[in-house]
Amino acid sequence: MAIASAGFRELRLDAMSRNFGAHNALKAISLTVQRGEFIALLGPSGCGKSTALNCLAGLLSLSDGAIWLDEKRIDTLKPEERGFGMVFQNYALFPHMNVRRNVGFGLQMGGVPRAEIERRVDEALNVVRLTSQEAKLPGQLSGGQQQRVAIARAIAVEPPLVLMDEPLSNLDAKLRLEMRAEIRRIHRLLGSATIYVTHDQDEALSLADRIVVLRDGEVRQVGTPQDLYRRPLHADVAEFMGFRNALPGRLVRREGDEVEVDCGFAGPIRGQAVDVEGERVVVAIRPADLVPLADGPIGAEVTGLEYRGEAYFGTASGPGGVELYFRTDTPLDVGASVRLGAPAERTLVYAAGGVG
Amino acid sequence: MSASSRPRQRTLADRGIDGVTLLVLPAALFVVLLFVYPFVYGLLLSFAPKEGGWLGNYAKFFSDPYMYGTIWLTLRLALPVTLLNIALSVPVAMQVRHMRRQRLLTTILVLPITLGTVLVAEGLLNYLGPQGWLNRLLILFGLIDRPIRLVHNYWGVFISLVITGFPFTFLLTLSMISGIDPALEQAAATLGARARQRFFNIVLPLIVPGLAVTFCLAFVDAFSVFPSAVMLGAPAGETRVISFAAAQAAFEQYDYSYASAIAMIMAVVQFGFVGLVLTARGLFYNGPAGGGKG
Amino acid sequence: MESALERLWRTLVWAFVIFFVVNVLAMISTVVVNSFGTRWLNSWLPAAFTVRWYASAWREFQLGDVLLVTFQIAGAVVLLSALIGVPAAYALARRDFPGKPLVIVLFLLPLLVPPITFGIPLATVLYKVGLAGTMWGVIVANLVPTVPFTVILMIPFIEQIDPKVEAAARVFGAGTGRLFVHVLVPLLVPGILAATLLALVRTVSMFELTFLTAGPSSQTLVVALYYSVFAAGVRAGQSIDAMAVIYMLSTLVWLVVALRFVNPTQIVARVKKSAA
Repeated sequence: MAIASAGFRELRLDAMSRNFGAHNALKAISLTVQRGEFIALLGPSGCGKSTALNCLAGLLSLSDGAIWLDEKRIDTLKPEERGFGMVFQNYALFPHMNVRRNVGFGLQMGGVPRAEIERRVDEALNVVRLTSQEAKLPGQLSGGQQQRVAIARAIAVEPPLVLMDEPLSNLDAKLRLEMRAEIRRIHRLLGSATIYVTHDQDEALSLADRIVVLRDGEVRQVGTPQDLYRRPLHADVAEFMGFRNALPGRLVRREGDEVEVDCGFAGPIRGQAVDVEGERVVVAIRPADLVPLADGPIGAEVTGLEYRGEAYFGTASGPGGVELYFRTDTPLDVGASVRLGAPAERTLVYAAGGVG
Repeated sequence: MSASSRPRQRTLADRGIDGVTLLVLPAALFVVLLFVYPFVYGLLLSFAPKEGGWLGNYAKFFSDPYMYGTIWLTLRLALPVTLLNIALSVPVAMQVRHMRRQRLLTTILVLPITLGTVLVAEGLLNYLGPQGWLNRLLILFGLIDRPIRLVHNYWGVFISLVITGFPFTFLLTLSMISGIDPALEQAAATLGARARQRFFNIVLPLIVPGLAVTFCLAFVDAFSVFPSAVMLGAPAGETRVISFAAAQAAFEQYDYSYASAIAMIMAVVQFGFVGLVLTARGLFYNGPAGGGKG
Repeated sequence: MESALERLWRTLVWAFVIFFVVNVLAMISTVVVNSFGTRWLNSWLPAAFTVRWYASAWREFQLGDVLLVTFQIAGAVVLLSALIGVPAAYALARRDFPGKPLVIVLFLLPLLVPPITFGIPLATVLYKVGLAGTMWGVIVANLVPTVPFTVILMIPFIEQIDPKVEAAARVFGAGTGRLFVHVLVPLLVPGILAATLLALVRTVSMFELTFLTAGPSSQTLVVALYYSVFAAGVRAGQSIDAMAVIYMLSTLVWLVVALRFVNPTQIVARVKKSAA
């Protein structure tokens, strides 16, 4: 394959900051990206992930800090001087140009000779499997095809870094899975470093080598998908990673990382301390790990049940009205009493008021 | 009655016509009666001259240089003014679109349109006159020695057409340029296109169809220039525009047939240019200027 | 970040904008200053200031009558164009029927064809039926562009009201009449206000059609202004400008109110968007 990423050793964000008036959208983000790495910037809307991407692309200037590509400082360069490829959320295809001209646009701007443009456009179209559609205008293509054109356009210039801004958010669920696989395939094929912005944890987990969790313009955690899934470092990251049960309580015993927490239930809850300081804590459990157990510490009343194929997922009301999300393999009646519990190694304990 | 009207009603309903649709009728009838009918009536009337055969009016118009010359005199004003206004509007709109207090500027610019040509002409008579502020300023700065003549000639009318025409083309152009998804230019920038290249490769092709329509509207408007050509120009000489000739025929000679013929000639010239421009426009991309989807 | 050439270009463009705005404002100011001046010859400003031109203009041009006529005509035009135009806009916004594009073109034509072009045949017809020269003739002539203007301006306002609101009202038992009065009209108030105010501004400043159809007793302010400039020399320039100031105020007041409901760009852009 002739299309390949021009290399760099590392991309370094050095306390990258951006303010909008008095609002600090990015607060001193520092991160190092290795050659060929796939990084997902993950966070809820308004966390600053798109701002970060636009700063990298040069569409927004920094308020403070710097961006380094190896020994070269690039945050003072205009977007057209950076040579990164970018895939926009709404694709931003040029509506008046056919697929071929869209894909070749970057090469044409770079003054690449005509024959070379033709060759590389053919290759890019081949990579995204769109060769047969090359004469069409973007408006004549389906959403998934437009997405492929947007990717082809970004990779045709063989950028050292590809930036993707929620590229799948406008597609329906089935197409989204399909395109996710495509993006993974293309990344393997080209090996260019990619920074991928998303609010969807599944996307981030399935695509990224490393995930950067952002919240309120700050990096909350950087780690492999496995790290993040198993052991979020903060209560808010845990909540974002699917630990829906957040039970406030008081630390009663601690031995190393093994802790016991009194949440006002029949018995104490045993779990792993992740980020504990002081007595007041929050216990985080995924719905899938909270199951009916004969000796479970939490006594609750079932308030709702939903069949999801592999199991039932239910809601229950615990002592003091605390809401619980649990899983069960056998159906339960609404209003029935149930005792719930979770394995200690998958029960994580954080300091209360853990945000910040 | 039911036997025959029932199926008929069903077909109407099938074609989407119901009571609500009929609400369009009064307005449509009104326009037909007071716009289409007078136009047709005027057209027929123009073929029934006071003297001569059915083409008598047209023969009269095209055999008299004082009359057919008005077409050229009007074109000489309308074409350059329209092109100038559009040429000025595009760069200004490109700058203004990112401006924060856009509304203040657009409000000031909508003033001349609202005030209309009569007031602008009266204002310019004072302002551009030999004793007006403009001449005084130019003399003060030493740019000229004695007042230059800007009223009661071609330039007076030209300037008044810029004052009322530029805001019009500008506001249309601004709304077109603001309608282009900013992501398109951002995408072009990340692909290495500089500001100039972004304008010529992305923005301009996307607004060309709109500019063509703007040109048509502005040209047709300038071609029918009337009060300012009379008040600010030289209606007996170099700004004897075609609408003035038509008004003279109607109100000084009371020859409505001839006046209608002149109005029809005016319409034909206008439609001719519009047709030409819109045909050329068909050669360009005409779809939405969005970012792709939807 | 930006090159010297780009900066130069930017400066040039802004210089032009400022030059244009300054000239427009100066032109308007000349009229205002002159209307308050005593004698203005060979100097930057008049020798002294006075308001007597307003009194004399009021007398000489019978401005009281002219203003009354102007607002009677404008009022009638606005009312009628709303009554005829809004229902049509509703039908066009909510229904698809065969020939709809043709109807839209029918409404666009009077806006695209300049008034002087269709005004002459229109005036001819109005003379034939005896309406020309009367106030009703002027009203009818001014309705020709304002009815389509109201229709075209109202369509997007109506389209943005979710049809489900109407469906809901119908489910709760509102008939078409009550639907219109209780649901649609309140929702449409901003749109109707914008459309009627702009129609008002258009009528007050519409020279060509009024000029072609008005008689001595049915002149609006703008036509009176034209005639007084045309016959300049007979009257003092200052009293003509006093009249011009009154005319300006009579249009600008409505414009300022209208701008609370619409963006200036929309005033011209609406028509173009449906045309393109």
